[in-house]
Amino acid sequence: MKRILEFKKTPKIVHTATICGPKEAQGNLGKYIDKHLSDDYNDEKNFERAERKMLSYAIKSVVEKSGKDMNEIDLYIGGDLLNQIISSSFCAREYSLPFLGVYTACATMAESMIIGASLVEAGLIDNCICATCSHFSTAERQYRFPLEQGTTRPPQSQWTVTGAGANMISLSNTGVAIRRALVGRVIDYGVIDVNNMGAAMAPAVAHSLIEFFDETKVLPSDYNLILTGDLGTLGSRIFKEVIKKGGYSVDENHVDCGELIYNMEEKEYQGGSGAGCSAVVFNSYIYKKLLCGEYKRILFIPTGALLSTTSSQQGESIPGIAHIIELGV
Amino acid sequence: MNKKIMSNEQYLKLVSDITPKTNEKRSLLSSFLVGGFICSIGQFIRYFFMLVFKMHGDELASATSVVLIFLGILLTGLGVYDRIGKRAGGGSIVPITGFANSVASPAMEFASEGFVYGLAAKMFVVAGPIIVYGVSASAIVGLIYYFFGL
Repeated sequence: MKRILEFKKTPKIVHTATICGPKEAQGNLGKYIDKHLSDDYNDEKNFERAERKMLSYAIKSVVEKSGKDMNEIDLYIGGDLLNQIISSSFCAREYSLPFLGVYTACATMAESMIIGASLVEAGLIDNCICATCSHFSTAERQYRFPLEQGTTRPPQSQWTVTGAGANMISLSNTGVAIRRALVGRVIDYGVIDVNNMGAAMAPAVAHSLIEFFDETKVLPSDYNLILTGDLGTLGSRIFKEVIKKGGYSVDENHVDCGELIYNMEEKEYQGGSGAGCSAVVFNSYIYKKLLCGEYKRILFIPTGALLSTTSSQQGESIPGIAHIIELGV
Repeated sequence: MNKKIMSNEQYLKLVSDITPKTNEKRSLLSSFLVGGFICSIGQFIRYFFMLVFKMHGDELASATSVVLIFLGILLTGLGVYDRIGKRAGGGSIVPITGFANSVASPAMEFASEGFVYGLAAKMFVVAGPIIVYGVSASAIVGLIYYFFGL
Protein backbone atom coordinates (compact mmCIF):
# COMPACT_ATOMS: atom_id res chain seq x y z
CA MET A 1 0.00 0.00 0.00
CA LYS A 2 1.33 3.42 -0.97
CA ARG A 3 -0.17 6.39 0.82
CA ILE A 4 2.53 9.00 0.17
CA LEU A 5 3.00 10.34 -3.34
CA GLU A 6 6.74 11.03 -3.76
CA PHE A 7 7.59 13.45 -6.54
CA LYS A 8 11.21 12.47 -7.28
CA LYS A 9 11.55 14.90 -10.17
CA THR A 10 10.08 17.64 -7.96
CA PRO A 11 7.69 19.42 -10.33
CA LYS A 12 7.82 23.14 -9.65
CA ILE A 13 5.18 25.79 -9.20
CA VAL A 14 6.75 28.23 -11.64
CA HIS A 15 4.24 31.07 -11.55
CA THR A 16 1.17 32.12 -9.60
CA ALA A 17 -1.53 34.75 -10.02
CA THR A 18 -4.18 36.01 -7.61
CA ILE A 19 -7.11 38.38 -7.54
CA CYS A 20 -9.45 39.29 -4.68
CA GLY A 21 -12.51 41.32 -3.69
CA PRO A 22 -12.48 44.69 -1.91
CA LYS A 23 -12.91 43.19 1.57
CA GLU A 24 -9.99 40.78 1.10
CA ALA A 25 -7.88 43.62 -0.32
CA GLN A 26 -8.25 45.44 2.99
CA GLY A 27 -7.23 42.34 4.90
CA ASN A 28 -3.77 41.32 6.10
CA LEU A 29 -2.57 40.00 2.74
CA GLY A 30 -4.04 42.62 0.41
CA LYS A 31 -0.67 43.98 -0.64
CA TYR A 32 0.56 40.56 -1.77
CA ILE A 33 -2.43 39.92 -4.06
CA ASP A 34 -1.95 40.88 -7.73
CA LYS A 35 -5.26 42.57 -8.44
CA HIS A 36 -8.08 43.99 -6.31
CA LEU A 37 -11.69 44.37 -7.39
CA SER A 38 -13.20 47.76 -6.65
CA ASP A 39 -16.64 46.20 -6.15
CA ASP A 40 -18.14 42.72 -5.86
CA TYR A 41 -19.85 42.94 -9.26
CA ASN A 42 -16.51 43.25 -11.09
CA ASP A 43 -18.28 45.28 -13.84
CA GLU A 44 -20.59 42.35 -14.63
CA LYS A 45 -24.37 42.04 -14.46
CA ASN A 46 -24.46 39.22 -11.91
CA PHE A 47 -22.20 37.69 -9.27
CA GLU A 48 -21.70 34.40 -11.11
CA ARG A 49 -20.21 36.30 -14.05
CA ALA A 50 -18.14 38.35 -11.61
CA GLU A 51 -16.71 35.15 -10.11
CA ARG A 52 -15.92 33.72 -13.53
CA LYS A 53 -14.20 36.92 -14.59
CA MET A 54 -11.90 36.73 -11.55
CA LEU A 55 -10.93 33.15 -12.37
CA SER A 56 -10.45 34.09 -16.00
CA TYR A 57 -8.10 36.89 -14.93
CA ALA A 58 -6.07 34.56 -12.71
CA ILE A 59 -5.63 31.99 -15.51
CA LYS A 60 -4.74 34.59 -18.14
CA SER A 61 -2.36 36.35 -15.80
CA VAL A 62 -0.43 33.19 -14.84
CA VAL A 63 -0.04 32.27 -18.52
CA GLU A 64 1.18 35.79 -19.35
CA LYS A 65 3.70 35.67 -16.50
CA SER A 66 5.13 32.45 -17.92
CA GLY A 67 5.64 34.11 -21.31
CA LYS A 68 3.75 31.25 -22.96
CA ASP A 69 0.84 31.36 -25.36
CA MET A 70 -2.57 29.89 -24.31
CA ASN A 71 -2.08 27.22 -27.04
CA GLU A 72 1.05 25.96 -25.31
CA ILE A 73 -0.85 25.04 -22.12
CA ASP A 74 -1.22 21.26 -21.96
CA LEU A 75 -3.90 21.09 -19.30
CA TYR A 76 -6.05 23.18 -17.03
CA ILE A 77 -7.25 21.44 -13.86
CA GLY A 78 -9.71 23.23 -11.65
CA GLY A 79 -13.05 23.43 -9.93
CA ASP A 80 -15.15 25.81 -7.86
CA LEU A 81 -18.12 25.85 -5.51
CA LEU A 82 -20.92 26.63 -7.94
CA ASN A 83 -23.25 23.85 -9.05
CA GLN A 84 -21.66 21.82 -11.86
CA ILE A 85 -18.43 23.89 -11.45
CA ILE A 86 -19.50 26.39 -14.10
CA SER A 87 -16.90 29.03 -13.22
CA SER A 88 -14.10 26.64 -14.15
CA SER A 89 -15.61 25.03 -17.23
CA PHE A 90 -16.74 28.37 -18.65
CA CYS A 91 -13.21 29.73 -18.25
CA ALA A 92 -11.88 26.66 -20.05
CA ARG A 93 -14.36 27.47 -22.83
CA GLU A 94 -13.16 31.06 -23.00
CA TYR A 95 -9.54 30.05 -23.68
CA SER A 96 -10.29 26.65 -25.36
CA LEU A 97 -8.09 24.94 -22.81
CA PRO A 98 -7.84 21.15 -22.40
CA PHE A 99 -9.76 20.81 -19.15
CA LEU A 100 -10.13 18.41 -16.23
CA GLY A 101 -12.87 19.58 -13.86
CA VAL A 102 -12.37 18.51 -10.25
CA TYR A 103 -14.27 19.04 -7.02
CA THR A 104 -13.43 18.60 -3.36
CA ALA A 105 -15.12 21.81 -2.19
CA CYS A 106 -12.59 24.13 -0.57
CA ALA A 107 -9.78 21.57 -0.99
CA THR A 108 -10.07 21.83 -4.77
CA MET A 109 -6.78 23.77 -5.06
CA ALA A 110 -4.91 20.83 -3.53
CA GLU A 111 -6.68 18.24 -5.65
CA SER A 112 -5.80 20.09 -8.86
CA MET A 113 -2.18 20.53 -7.77
CA ILE A 114 -1.77 16.85 -6.83
CA ILE A 115 -3.17 15.66 -10.17
CA GLY A 116 -1.17 18.27 -12.08
CA ALA A 117 2.09 17.47 -10.32
CA SER A 118 1.56 13.73 -10.89
CA LEU A 119 1.04 14.17 -14.63
CA VAL A 120 4.05 16.47 -14.92
CA GLU A 121 6.18 14.08 -12.82
CA ALA A 122 5.19 11.18 -15.07
CA GLY A 123 6.19 13.18 -18.12
CA LEU A 124 2.75 12.88 -19.67
CA ILE A 125 2.42 16.65 -19.93
CA ASP A 126 4.91 19.52 -19.87
CA ASN A 127 2.86 22.07 -17.99
CA CYS A 128 -0.52 22.57 -16.43
CA ILE A 129 -2.54 25.30 -14.80
CA CYS A 130 -4.28 24.68 -11.50
CA ALA A 131 -6.86 27.26 -10.52
CA THR A 132 -9.91 27.78 -8.36
CA CYS A 133 -12.09 30.56 -7.04
CA SER A 134 -15.03 31.48 -4.84
CA HIS A 135 -17.26 34.51 -4.39
CA PHE A 136 -19.05 35.51 -1.20
CA SER A 137 -22.25 36.50 -2.97
CA THR A 138 -22.60 33.40 -5.19
CA ALA A 139 -21.83 31.07 -2.28
CA GLU A 140 -24.27 32.83 0.07
CA ARG A 141 -27.16 32.46 -2.28
CA GLN A 142 -26.36 28.86 -3.17
CA TYR A 143 -25.79 27.63 0.36
CA ARG A 144 -27.48 30.11 2.71
CA PHE A 145 -29.83 33.11 2.53
CA PRO A 146 -30.38 35.88 -0.01
CA LEU A 147 -27.87 38.69 0.53
CA GLU A 148 -30.33 41.40 1.48
CA GLN A 149 -32.22 39.27 3.95
CA GLY A 150 -31.82 40.66 7.44
CA THR A 151 -30.63 37.73 9.55
CA THR A 152 -28.13 37.62 12.39
CA ARG A 153 -25.08 35.45 11.62
CA PRO A 154 -24.28 32.88 14.30
CA PRO A 155 -20.93 33.41 16.07
CA GLN A 156 -19.40 30.18 14.73
CA SER A 157 -19.90 31.15 11.07
CA GLN A 158 -17.19 32.01 8.55
CA TRP A 159 -17.06 34.36 5.57
CA THR A 160 -16.63 33.03 2.02
CA VAL A 161 -13.61 34.62 0.37
CA THR A 162 -14.14 36.53 -2.87
CA GLY A 163 -11.07 35.71 -4.89
CA ALA A 164 -9.30 33.44 -7.32
CA GLY A 165 -5.84 31.90 -7.43
CA ALA A 166 -3.99 30.11 -10.20
CA ASN A 167 -0.58 28.52 -10.58
CA MET A 168 1.43 26.80 -13.26
CA ILE A 169 3.24 23.53 -12.63
CA SER A 170 6.07 22.25 -14.81
CA LEU A 171 9.57 20.76 -14.57
CA SER A 172 11.95 23.67 -14.13
CA ASN A 173 15.03 24.81 -12.26
CA THR A 174 13.24 27.71 -10.67
CA GLY A 175 10.08 27.92 -8.61
CA VAL A 176 8.70 26.17 -5.55
CA ALA A 177 9.10 22.39 -5.50
CA ILE A 178 6.27 19.97 -4.86
CA ARG A 179 7.98 17.17 -2.96
CA ARG A 180 5.34 14.90 -1.52
CA ALA A 181 1.60 14.67 -1.22
CA LEU A 182 -1.05 12.70 0.56
CA VAL A 183 -4.57 12.33 -0.78
CA GLY A 184 -6.92 12.65 2.17
CA ARG A 185 -9.56 10.16 3.26
CA VAL A 186 -13.13 11.34 3.68
CA ILE A 187 -13.70 11.66 7.42
CA ASP A 188 -16.97 12.29 9.24
CA TYR A 189 -17.36 12.76 12.99
CA GLY A 190 -21.06 13.52 12.82
CA VAL A 191 -21.15 17.33 12.72
CA ILE A 192 -24.44 18.54 11.24
CA ASP A 193 -24.25 22.28 11.92
CA VAL A 194 -23.76 23.85 8.46
CA ASN A 195 -22.62 27.07 10.11
CA ASN A 196 -19.73 25.25 11.75
CA MET A 197 -17.66 24.08 8.76
CA GLY A 198 -14.43 24.36 10.74
CA ALA A 199 -15.65 21.71 13.18
CA ALA A 200 -16.78 19.47 10.31
CA MET A 201 -13.36 19.56 8.62
CA ALA A 202 -11.00 19.60 11.63
CA PRO A 203 -10.92 15.78 12.12
CA ALA A 204 -10.06 15.26 8.42
CA VAL A 205 -6.96 17.44 8.83
CA ALA A 206 -5.94 15.55 11.96
CA HIS A 207 -6.38 12.17 10.22
CA SER A 208 -4.42 13.20 7.11
CA LEU A 209 -1.59 14.73 9.14
CA ILE A 210 -1.24 11.82 11.54
CA GLU A 211 -1.11 9.44 8.59
CA PHE A 212 1.47 11.67 6.86
CA PHE A 213 3.69 11.94 9.96
CA ASP A 214 3.43 8.20 10.69
CA GLU A 215 4.28 7.18 7.12
CA THR A 216 7.09 9.66 6.45
CA LYS A 217 8.55 9.65 9.99
CA VAL A 218 8.81 13.43 9.93
CA LEU A 219 7.76 15.65 12.82
CA PRO A 220 5.66 18.82 12.86
CA SER A 221 8.79 20.73 13.94
CA ASP A 222 10.51 19.81 10.64
CA TYR A 223 8.35 22.40 8.92
CA ASN A 224 8.39 26.19 8.94
CA LEU A 225 4.67 26.21 8.52
CA ILE A 226 1.72 23.84 8.63
CA LEU A 227 -0.83 25.77 6.62
CA THR A 228 -4.44 24.55 6.69
CA GLY A 229 -7.05 25.79 4.22
CA ASP A 230 -10.14 27.22 5.81
CA LEU A 231 -10.67 25.81 9.30
CA GLY A 232 -11.05 29.35 10.64
CA THR A 233 -10.23 30.35 14.21
CA LEU A 234 -12.66 27.96 15.87
CA GLY A 235 -11.89 25.04 13.55
CA SER A 236 -8.17 25.54 14.19
CA ARG A 237 -8.67 25.33 17.94
CA ILE A 238 -10.68 22.15 17.57
CA PHE A 239 -8.13 20.67 15.15
CA LYS A 240 -5.24 21.32 17.55
CA GLU A 241 -7.14 19.57 20.35
CA VAL A 242 -7.91 16.56 18.16
CA ILE A 243 -4.41 16.07 16.78
CA LYS A 244 -3.03 16.23 20.35
CA LYS A 245 -5.25 13.26 21.20
CA GLY A 246 -3.68 11.54 18.18
CA GLY A 247 -0.18 12.05 19.58
CA TYR A 248 1.16 15.11 17.72
CA SER A 249 1.23 18.81 18.56
CA VAL A 250 1.23 21.50 15.89
CA ASP A 251 0.78 24.48 18.24
CA GLU A 252 4.21 25.86 17.27
CA ASN A 253 3.82 26.30 13.55
CA HIS A 254 0.18 25.88 12.54
CA VAL A 255 -1.49 28.72 10.65
CA ASP A 256 -4.84 28.74 8.86
CA CYS A 257 -5.48 30.61 5.59
CA GLY A 258 -8.93 31.60 6.87
CA GLU A 259 -7.36 33.23 9.92
CA LEU A 260 -4.73 35.04 7.86
CA ILE A 261 -6.84 36.65 5.19
CA TYR A 262 -8.99 39.09 7.16
CA ASN A 263 -8.21 41.54 9.91
CA MET A 264 -10.18 39.98 12.68
CA GLU A 265 -11.76 43.28 13.74
CA GLU A 266 -14.08 42.92 10.77
CA LYS A 267 -17.32 41.00 11.12
CA GLU A 268 -16.36 37.61 9.70
CA TYR A 269 -16.41 35.92 13.11
CA GLN A 270 -14.22 32.81 12.58
CA GLY A 271 -12.39 34.02 9.44
CA GLY A 272 -12.42 33.16 5.76
CA SER A 273 -13.59 30.06 3.95
CA GLY A 274 -14.32 28.92 0.41
CA ALA A 275 -12.25 27.44 -2.39
CA GLY A 276 -10.75 30.87 -3.05
CA CYS A 277 -9.46 31.16 0.53
CA SER A 278 -6.52 28.74 0.35
CA ALA A 279 -6.03 29.51 -3.37
CA VAL A 280 -5.56 33.24 -2.77
CA VAL A 281 -3.49 32.94 0.42
CA PHE A 282 -1.16 30.26 -0.92
CA ASN A 283 -0.62 31.69 -4.39
CA SER A 284 0.12 35.18 -3.07
CA TYR A 285 1.77 35.60 0.31
CA ILE A 286 2.91 32.02 1.01
CA TYR A 287 4.29 31.44 -2.51
CA LYS A 288 6.32 34.65 -2.31
CA LYS A 289 7.74 33.71 1.10
CA LEU A 290 8.72 30.28 -0.23
CA LEU A 291 10.27 31.75 -3.35
CA CYS A 292 12.45 34.20 -1.43
CA GLY A 293 13.56 31.41 0.88
CA GLU A 294 11.96 32.71 4.05
CA TYR A 295 10.14 29.40 4.34
CA LYS A 296 12.21 26.34 3.45
CA ARG A 297 9.67 23.58 3.91
CA ILE A 298 5.94 23.79 4.50
CA LEU A 299 2.85 21.60 4.47
CA PHE A 300 -0.10 23.04 2.58
CA ILE A 301 -3.37 21.38 3.60
CA PRO A 302 -6.53 22.73 1.93
CA THR A 303 -9.67 21.45 3.58
CA GLY A 304 -13.07 20.69 2.11
CA ALA A 305 -16.56 20.12 3.51
CA LEU A 306 -18.27 17.70 1.16
CA LEU A 307 -21.91 18.59 1.74
CA SER A 308 -24.67 19.83 -0.52
CA THR A 309 -27.74 21.84 0.39
CA THR A 310 -29.82 18.71 -0.30
CA SER A 311 -27.75 16.47 1.99
CA SER A 312 -27.81 18.96 4.85
CA GLN A 313 -31.56 19.55 4.52
CA GLN A 314 -32.05 15.80 4.67
CA GLY A 315 -30.22 15.82 8.00
CA GLU A 316 -27.00 14.11 6.84
CA SER A 317 -23.78 14.92 8.67
CA ILE A 318 -20.95 16.80 6.92
CA PRO A 319 -18.01 14.73 5.59
CA GLY A 320 -14.64 16.49 5.52
CA ILE A 321 -11.47 15.99 3.49
CA ALA A 322 -7.92 17.36 3.70
CA HIS A 323 -5.18 16.81 1.13
CA ILE A 324 -1.54 17.42 2.11
CA ILE A 325 1.11 18.87 -0.20
CA GLU A 326 4.72 19.23 0.96
CA LEU A 327 6.45 22.20 -0.63
CA GLY A 328 9.96 23.56 -0.48
CA VAL A 329 12.54 25.54 -2.39
CA MET B 1 -5.04 5.92 9.59
CA ASN B 2 -8.48 4.42 9.47
CA LYS B 3 -9.04 4.28 13.21
CA LYS B 4 -11.02 7.12 14.77
CA ILE B 5 -9.12 9.35 17.17
CA MET B 6 -12.17 9.64 19.40
CA SER B 7 -15.82 8.64 19.23
CA ASN B 8 -18.34 10.91 17.52
CA GLU B 9 -19.95 11.61 20.89
CA GLN B 10 -16.65 12.68 22.44
CA TYR B 11 -15.88 14.84 19.42
CA LEU B 12 -19.27 16.55 19.33
CA LYS B 13 -18.93 17.28 23.04
CA LEU B 14 -15.51 18.85 22.43
CA VAL B 15 -16.98 20.95 19.61
CA SER B 16 -19.89 22.19 21.68
CA ASP B 17 -17.56 23.01 24.59
CA ILE B 18 -15.33 25.18 22.41
CA THR B 19 -17.91 26.73 20.05
CA PRO B 20 -18.94 30.21 21.19
CA LYS B 21 -22.60 30.49 22.09
CA THR B 22 -24.97 33.15 20.82
CA ASN B 23 -25.12 35.81 23.52
CA GLU B 24 -28.76 35.33 24.55
CA LYS B 25 -29.06 38.36 26.80
CA ARG B 26 -27.72 40.66 24.11
CA SER B 27 -29.89 39.06 21.41
CA LEU B 28 -33.00 39.34 23.57
CA LEU B 29 -32.27 42.96 24.43
CA SER B 30 -31.59 43.99 20.82
CA SER B 31 -34.64 42.02 19.65
CA PHE B 32 -36.74 43.89 22.18
CA LEU B 33 -35.34 47.30 21.27
CA VAL B 34 -35.35 46.89 17.48
CA GLY B 35 -38.67 45.02 17.34
CA GLY B 36 -40.21 47.50 19.75
CA PHE B 37 -38.89 50.45 17.76
CA ILE B 38 -40.38 49.10 14.50
CA CYS B 39 -43.74 48.53 16.22
CA SER B 40 -43.64 52.04 17.70
CA ILE B 41 -43.19 53.45 14.22
CA GLY B 42 -46.21 51.37 13.18
CA GLN B 43 -48.20 52.86 16.03
CA PHE B 44 -47.27 56.40 14.97
CA ILE B 45 -48.36 55.63 11.41
CA ARG B 46 -51.63 54.32 12.80
CA TYR B 47 -52.27 57.48 14.81
CA PHE B 48 -51.37 59.55 11.76
CA PHE B 49 -53.99 57.81 9.58
CA MET B 50 -56.52 57.91 12.40
CA LEU B 51 -56.14 61.61 13.17
CA VAL B 52 -55.37 63.05 9.74
CA PHE B 53 -57.43 60.80 7.45
CA LYS B 54 -60.05 59.83 10.03
CA MET B 55 -59.62 56.12 9.22
CA HIS B 56 -60.77 53.31 11.53
CA GLY B 57 -61.20 49.54 11.78
CA ASP B 58 -59.93 47.26 9.00
CA GLU B 59 -59.17 50.20 6.73
CA LEU B 60 -56.85 51.69 9.34
CA ALA B 61 -55.06 48.37 9.96
CA SER B 62 -54.56 47.77 6.22
CA ALA B 63 -53.22 51.27 5.57
CA THR B 64 -50.73 50.92 8.43
CA SER B 65 -49.55 47.52 7.17
CA VAL B 66 -49.18 48.79 3.62
CA VAL B 67 -46.92 51.62 4.74
CA LEU B 68 -44.80 49.29 6.92
CA ILE B 69 -44.48 46.76 4.09
CA PHE B 70 -43.46 49.56 1.74
CA LEU B 71 -40.82 50.76 4.20
CA GLY B 72 -39.51 47.20 4.69
CA ILE B 73 -39.12 46.68 0.94
CA LEU B 74 -37.63 50.13 0.41
CA LEU B 75 -34.98 49.54 3.08
CA THR B 76 -34.26 46.08 1.60
CA GLY B 77 -33.78 47.60 -1.85
CA LEU B 78 -31.48 50.28 -0.45
CA GLY B 79 -29.39 47.57 1.22
CA VAL B 80 -30.14 48.85 4.72
CA TYR B 81 -32.44 46.17 6.12
CA ASP B 82 -29.82 43.39 6.20
CA ARG B 83 -27.52 45.73 8.16
CA ILE B 84 -30.22 46.33 10.73
CA GLY B 85 -30.85 42.56 10.81
CA LYS B 86 -27.20 41.76 11.48
CA ARG B 87 -27.44 43.26 14.96
CA ALA B 88 -31.15 42.98 15.66
CA GLY B 89 -31.26 39.39 17.00
CA GLY B 90 -34.80 38.50 15.91
CA GLY B 91 -36.18 42.02 16.26
CA SER B 92 -36.21 42.88 12.58
CA ILE B 93 -37.56 39.48 11.46
CA VAL B 94 -40.77 39.23 13.48
CA PRO B 95 -42.63 42.46 12.54
CA ILE B 96 -44.36 42.74 9.15
CA THR B 97 -41.31 44.62 7.78
CA GLY B 98 -39.32 41.40 8.24
CA PHE B 99 -41.88 39.51 6.21
CA ALA B 100 -41.59 42.13 3.46
CA ASN B 101 -37.80 41.78 3.61
CA SER B 102 -37.99 38.00 3.29
CA VAL B 103 -40.06 38.33 0.08
CA ALA B 104 -38.12 41.23 -1.45
CA SER B 105 -34.61 39.89 -0.82
CA PRO B 106 -34.87 36.60 -2.78
CA ALA B 107 -36.78 38.43 -5.52
CA MET B 108 -33.85 40.83 -5.93
CA GLU B 109 -31.28 38.07 -5.68
CA PHE B 110 -32.81 35.72 -8.25
CA ALA B 111 -33.87 38.42 -10.71
CA SER B 112 -30.67 37.55 -12.60
CA GLU B 113 -32.30 34.21 -13.53
CA GLY B 114 -35.22 35.92 -15.30
CA PHE B 115 -38.57 37.39 -14.28
CA VAL B 116 -40.53 34.11 -14.34
CA TYR B 117 -38.22 31.33 -13.12
CA GLY B 118 -35.99 33.68 -11.15
CA LEU B 119 -37.78 36.59 -9.55
CA ALA B 120 -41.33 35.25 -9.39
CA ALA B 121 -40.58 31.59 -8.66
CA LYS B 122 -37.96 32.26 -5.99
CA MET B 123 -39.78 35.17 -4.35
CA PHE B 124 -41.38 32.93 -1.75
CA VAL B 125 -38.48 30.60 -0.90
CA VAL B 126 -38.17 32.16 2.53
CA ALA B 127 -41.71 33.43 3.10
CA GLY B 128 -43.48 30.43 1.51
CA PRO B 129 -43.22 28.15 4.57
CA ILE B 130 -44.47 30.98 6.81
CA ILE B 131 -47.53 31.40 4.60
CA VAL B 132 -48.20 27.65 4.33
CA TYR B 133 -48.00 27.00 8.05
CA GLY B 134 -49.56 30.34 8.99
CA VAL B 135 -52.62 29.66 6.85
CA SER B 136 -52.80 26.00 7.98
CA ALA B 137 -52.59 27.01 11.64
CA SER B 138 -55.33 29.63 11.23
CA ALA B 139 -57.55 27.05 9.50
CA ILE B 140 -57.05 24.57 12.33
CA VAL B 141 -57.72 27.21 14.97
CA GLY B 142 -60.81 28.25 12.97
CA LEU B 143 -62.10 24.66 12.96
CA ILE B 144 -61.55 24.30 16.68
CA TYR B 145 -63.39 27.57 17.23
CA TYR B 146 -66.25 26.45 14.97
CA PHE B 147 -66.79 23.10 16.68
CA PHE B 148 -66.06 23.99 20.28
CA GLY B 149 -66.96 27.68 20.24
CA LEU B 150 -64.29 28.66 22.74
